[in-house]
Amino acid sequence: MKARVHVMLKDGVLDPQGEAVRHALGTLGFAGVQGVRQGKVIELDLVGSDKAAAEAEVRAMCEKLLANTVIEKYSVEIV
Amino acid sequence: MKAAVITFPGSNCDRDLAVAFERAGAQVLRVWHKDTELPAGVDVVGIPGGFSFGDYLRCGAIAAQSPIGAAVKRHAARGGHVLGICNGFQVLTEMGLLPGALMRNAGLKFICKTVELQVATTDCAYTCGYAAGQVIKVPVAHHDGNYTADAETLAQLQAEDRVAFRYVANPNGAMGDIAGVLSANRRVLGMMPHPERVVDAATGGADGAALFAGLIGKMALA
Repeated sequence: MKARVHVMLKDGVLDPQGEAVRHALGTLGFAGVQGVRQGKVIELDLVGSDKAAAEAEVRAMCEKLLANTVIEKYSVEIV
Repeated sequence: MKAAVITFPGSNCDRDLAVAFERAGAQVLRVWHKDTELPAGVDVVGIPGGFSFGDYLRCGAIAAQSPIGAAVKRHAARGGHVLGICNGFQVLTEMGLLPGALMRNAGLKFICKTVELQVATTDCAYTCGYAAGQVIKVPVAHHDGNYTADAETLAQLQAEDRVAFRYVANPNGAMGDIAGVLSANRRVLGMMPHPERVVDAATGGADGAALFAGLIGKMALA
């Protein structure tokens, strides 16, 4: 079983890297990009087959380590 | 007076920090990140600058979960002093010992230069050696020093006089020009600039010496 974690900056937290990417896209001629937010995807290989238990465990991992909840939000997908 | 200086894989200011403590009169004990206890009788723990664990995941995130991390948290919970500089500041926010987070510099570039800091409070052991409002010159060397916290936290820091240092000319986009913050009990200080690099005029300045002298002097009286 695999889990996929998306970590993104919370709404309202300024993302200087995303802003730089947006600017670069504009320079390349992609005029329609209003905003860019950059985040992380973390994939985990998990032992076991209980999806609900796995999701709870991965959420605990996010709270303790994978995300900094002061500035970041996360979502967990069991795939 | 005993100071413990922690070394993580990737720390690179640990020796400078040890020398700064020693010059101020402390006995310095070096501690490895895999140690599970601080040496007996440690008064202050120094968490040095550098790139612990290669800044993987987030700056300071892995170091905050290292075996010695739990011992540092117990030390702080007992009312012990902890000084985190640069990556050490990032580690302290990741440990939850200080509020807020250090994000990528607003200009996206690594900044390595001497900046002016205003001493924003003298009400703690770290800044008691300075005059209120004094401007000192201290180098910064970081890529992620953009202090960020929610409005409520910033208001609380301000109301409780917990901003230790502010940038005179903000180099990294830090909210409120914040360069260093204190814990609620005023015994944990995290700061991005490097006072340990300016404790000897022969190496570019001595404005940081008063931080260590003040700290060690205050603790010797306690």
